[in-house]
Order: sequence, then structure tokens, then C-alpha cells
Amino acid sequence: MNGAHHEEHEHHEHHGHHGQVSDVEARALALESLLREKGLVDSRDVDELVSRYEHDVGPLLGARLVARAWVDPAFRDRLLHDANAVLRELGISGEGLNIVVVANEPGVHDAVVCTLCSCYPWPVIGLPPVWYKSAPYRSRMVREPREVLREFGLELDDATRVRVWDSSAEQRYLILPERPVGTEGWSEDDLVPLVTRDCMIGVARPGTGGV
Amino acid sequence: MNGVHDMGGAHGHGPVVVEPDEPVFHARWEGRVWAMARLCLRRGLFNTDELRWGIERMPPARYLDASYYERWLTSVETLAREKGVAGAGPVRPSGRNPACEAPPRPRFRAGDRVRTRNVHPAGHTRLPWYARARRGVVERVRPPALLPDTNVGPVSRDWEPVYSVRFESRELWGESGRAGDAVLLDVFERYLEPSATEGEEEVR
Repeated sequence: MNGAHHEEHEHHEHHGHHGQVSDVEARALALESLLREKGLVDSRDVDELVSRYEHDVGPLLGARLVARAWVDPAFRDRLLHDANAVLRELGISGEGLNIVVVANEPGVHDAVVCTLCSCYPWPVIGLPPVWYKSAPYRSRMVREPREVLREFGLELDDATRVRVWDSSAEQRYLILPERPVGTEGWSEDDLVPLVTRDCMIGVARPGTGGV
Repeated sequence: MNGVHDMGGAHGHGPVVVEPDEPVFHARWEGRVWAMARLCLRRGLFNTDELRWGIERMPPARYLDASYYERWLTSVETLAREKGVAGAGPVRPSGRNPACEAPPRPRFRAGDRVRTRNVHPAGHTRLPWYARARRGVVERVRPPALLPDTNVGPVSRDWEPVYSVRFESRELWGESGRAGDAVLLDVFERYLEPSATEGEEEVR
């Protein structure tokens, strides 16, 4: 039974968990064979890209930038002034996008959204989670950011002003959050785990949770 | 286009649902569709604006019903058809984006008061509905980019200055906005006009 199941899984590895080819899977397969036939896409390049974004490109890249900016003021200045140059130096591909790092200033909370589609600084934090691309986040984040942030567990006091960056052109925003108090003397490596993906989108603060 | 994709400010979509321990892709086909689109972009079969426009043209009910990567799949299918990939004839790629050889001179500077135009183009555009005919202040001049409105079809050379413009929450949302809060949008110059100062407006 297990063997049969395994065999079926191998034969139908394109087809998801149930061994049944769904409509979208069939369409995706047809598209891939068409593009391959016309020499527009090589399936090995597809494998390589998927693998890179499943395993290598993710929030850790951005977290290292943030942690280094917290301990190195000159690096912070350069990151805020020209993040693309910093990425080039570090050998991180910006994929032709204009990555802009926004520093969370005292008294201001910054967060990122793309109301029109799903623009996101994926070269430095990986592909966006489903909620970021969902109608609730895209529709509400510009109109009632405080309510949305509260649902993420982030309660802002009345004195804090909210700036929401709606990525409507070719800029891709990464938030540089404020360094948490009580981390004085911590090394860059100690600080990295505090910087979650959600902090760099602006729906969490370092040390307050988030993924 | 005033489509359902232009969601900023809409009501009725419910709470934000966060999936714990979310995988990068939920099914194998999702990653493959995403990667195919990236590779087609890289080869210049179509550009990012066309990929977006292919999604925006989905019938509204289908758009809302489709998963994220299903929208990508639909757009790449549409573009493959339109670029002749599916037919027996030659493939007609859009070409890669050209380099900006003569950057346009920006009309506005940081600190300038501007107003977005009250425009409702039926085609692809990147000025969200909620920010049309609204006053803001230029925070920063961004590098020029190809105007999305004319960047669907053959490769465009319509380089346009882009500005990071700050819109106060109250300007966008009236009474339901909040003083001190703001939205910053990246706005192409063609979507903007100079705004009268407060004083001038009172005189008129």
C-alpha cells in the first residue's frame, strides 16, 4: 500500500497531493510544454529559480542588512542613501528593482503595501506571504492601517504617526525598524534573529513577534 | 482601469488572515508558473506592466475567485496567446526594457505641492483610484521609469519622472482619516499637476 502510494506520488509529482490533475495544474503543465517547445523557457531554469526562492532567498538576507545597520552607522547611512549599491557590493541581486530602505524614525511607524498588485522587496526578503497579496490587506492597509496593525498584535499609541508606503511604481520598500531598547552591546549576529520578515514589512516590531 | 485589482480603500474584504508556517509555494505548479513568468520577463517576451495588465483584464468575479498564482497563470497564458507563442506563426516578443539614455528633466522638486489628476483611463495605469484628484507634497524625486500606461505592447521609450508623494490620511479619507497619518505613493509625473497653495484656493 505504501509502495503503491509512493509510486503514484512519483508518477504524479506534478499533480499535487491527491494524484488528481487539477485544472490549474493541467494548465500550468500545458503552458510549460508550450514555452519549452518554443524555446522560451528551459525547465532546468525553472527548477533552479524555484529552488533558489524556496531555499536561498528569504528574510535572512534582509535581517542581516538591518542588524548590520544597527551596529554600523556608516553602513546604515549608505543603506538608506543607496540600497542598490550596497546590495551590489554584497553580491545580492536586486533583480533590476529599485530597492529603497526606509528608516523607522522615533514617533513614526512605517509599513508597506501594494494596493494594485503584489510589489514587494523579494530580492532581499523572499516572496511575499499570501496575506500580503490578499484583498483584506491590500484594501485596508491604506485606509485603516492602525486597525490592521492591531490585528497583527501591534498596538500603536496615539502619539505615533503612521506612514504607509504603497508600492505603485518600481520602488520596492524595505523597512529598517528601530533597534529595540535593551540590546546595547549585542553583536550583529545576536541581533539578526530579532529581525523578522514582518518587521521589515512593518506589521511587527523587532522582539514583539512576527514571522 | 478602474478594476477590482485597484483595491486600496475598498470595504468588505474582511480581516487579514495569516497562515502560520506558510510555505513559499503551496503547490509545485505555483512555483513553476512564477518561475516561467520570471524567465519570460527576462527574455523580453513581455514586460512587468504587461504581466500586470494581463491580470487586470481578468473578469472581476474571476479575479476575486482566483488564487494569486492562478492570476499569474492566466496572465502568462493570455500573453503567450497575444505574442503568438501558441500559434504556428512567429513569436512577437515585446523586447527588453531599453536603458534610459536621456533622463527626462523632473518638473517638480521635493517640497512642491501637487495634485493628482482626476483621470480614469480604461487601460493599464498605476495611479490608484483612491489617490486621484488628491493633494499631496513631493517628498522625493525617484529615478525615471517607463510610463506604465504606454508600456503595454511593443517596448516603450516613454521615460517619465517619478515622485514619492505624501498624501495626508485626511486628504484621502476625509473624516475617517487620521491627522498625522499619511500614505506615500510613487507617482508618475503625467499623473500630476501643480496644486494651488491653500491661500490661493481660498481666494478663488
